[in-house]
Amino acid sequence: MLAAAGFALACGVLSPYAVMLLTALKPDAELRTTPPRVLPVAWHPGNFLDVLGDPAFADWLRVSLVVATASTAIVVLAAAPAAYYTARHRFPGRTAFLFVVLVTQMFSPTALVVGLYREFFELDLINTYAALILTNAAFNLAFAIWILRAFFASIPREIEEAAAVDGCGRLGVLMRVILPLSLPGLVTAVIFAFIAAWNEYIVALTLMTAPERKPLTVGITSYVTAYVQHWNHLFAASVLAIVPVVVLFALIERQLVGGLTAGSVK
Amino acid sequence: MSGRRWEALLWLGPSLALIGGVVFYPAVALVRASLGRYSITGVYQGSVGAENYARLLEQPALPTVLANTAVWVTAVVSITVVISLALAQLLNQDFPGRALVRWALIVPWAASLIMTSTLFVWIYDYYFGALNQLLTSLHVLPQPVDWLGEDTTVMGAMIAVGIFVSLPFTTYVLLAGLAGIPGEVYEAARVDGASTWATYRLVTLPLLQPALLVAVVLNVIYVFNSFPIVWTLNDRNPGFGHDTMITYMYKIAFKSALRDVGLAAALGVVNVALILVAVVAYLRTVRWDDDAAAAGSA
Repeated sequence: MLAAAGFALACGVLSPYAVMLLTALKPDAELRTTPPRVLPVAWHPGNFLDVLGDPAFADWLRVSLVVATASTAIVVLAAAPAAYYTARHRFPGRTAFLFVVLVTQMFSPTALVVGLYREFFELDLINTYAALILTNAAFNLAFAIWILRAFFASIPREIEEAAAVDGCGRLGVLMRVILPLSLPGLVTAVIFAFIAAWNEYIVALTLMTAPERKPLTVGITSYVTAYVQHWNHLFAASVLAIVPVVVLFALIERQLVGGLTAGSVK
Repeated sequence: MSGRRWEALLWLGPSLALIGGVVFYPAVALVRASLGRYSITGVYQGSVGAENYARLLEQPALPTVLANTAVWVTAVVSITVVISLALAQLLNQDFPGRALVRWALIVPWAASLIMTSTLFVWIYDYYFGALNQLLTSLHVLPQPVDWLGEDTTVMGAMIAVGIFVSLPFTTYVLLAGLAGIPGEVYEAARVDGASTWATYRLVTLPLLQPALLVAVVLNVIYVFNSFPIVWTLNDRNPGFGHDTMITYMYKIAFKSALRDVGLAAALGVVNVALILVAVVAYLRTVRWDDDAAAAGSA
């Protein structure tokens, strides 16, 4: 009974994505048949090869990879020391800092997009990787600080003290002892930051107007416009963009809620 | 300044620089833009005081956009929470294949919102969409409906997608809340002879209240801020008849013939202020201090 309800739920959730996959497998001629069919008559996996061979797709993929990788690296480099210091030390301004971090966590760049555009317009950074990388890094920082801080705080001080006795400096303790022991937290922070940047849309739509500087989220919409309607290519590209992300997301499933709800739910 | 303070600044420096440069500064730039006048190419032409705010109040589309936003946020959040309560209850039970169901539920959460939104444009398509095909072949509908073209159906169609993509996060938050309820209280209710429904209403729901609060407030913020769904599904319709405050702001700034930076920025400031109110209210109600953080990691 429960299993049947669970199965129905899974089917309901996945059915739109089944339409995505099946449309991605249809030849052009079958996109516009009446009455429409769910299953392709002639299966056409060649759409995936078309997309992979499309130089424009290669550009979008490259931009997405560069932006997601670089912004994730910045997130970790900035978040780890802040998370460690706030987990281990009490100092004036600590509460204020954590408060600001949590406020930024709940602020997506959406509401600020006009301000972001003004800033990067004035700095002449429209259509640059730097603008998109920094924006993604800043808005994904809070989750990483929060999740790393929780992991760091759970490591007993005695381990650190033992490492210090053995001659490790403070940075050495962080790099050689704390980070390896917090690996699950680090993996969660990395995957979350990468996926968030990979999926980001509005800032990229606004700042990246040159065709070769668009990431996947913005670029693939050009497969379907008022003039051309390659739904099969759009969805083949979407499937290619979504599958790796779902697999990565499944890996951090159990850590996510704690990081997103700022430690308020056990 | 004490040495301690300098040391803290060193460790927090990179984070502070990022937040200052890419969150705080754009907020300042937004406020400044809301007080200025810009040429159509985006060049600053001086301050105009509160004129943009006065013009915002005179926009004929504003009442519609405000009403749309209220409907959008209220409907998506309330229906999402009700469905998620049931889903969390289901996924909190042990049954064969539960891991697979949890995994399936992740997909709309992990997938890019813009890709899910374009997928629904196709599913809702008047001629070739799967939804009309399904509903007409089951004789639920006598003839196809132009879901995204009819004024009466477009908001409902967008709300359905909004709910679809909000379910995973909400269900997971409520699941975490359910996991925190000790088994003994259910045992006690059973011994007292409470029915399943009475147990749920009198034991589970009150204990789930903190998680419920978190789910509601975070969803209000996320759904208010949501851009890709309304942007994509409402793309075909001219004017601002089905826009929320976020997409209305974006159209004024970047898409409409107006390209009115000052007016869009004034609306942006209003949006940011509304979100800030919700965020601060949220942070005042949840415990976000050390102890809570430590508990969250367990």
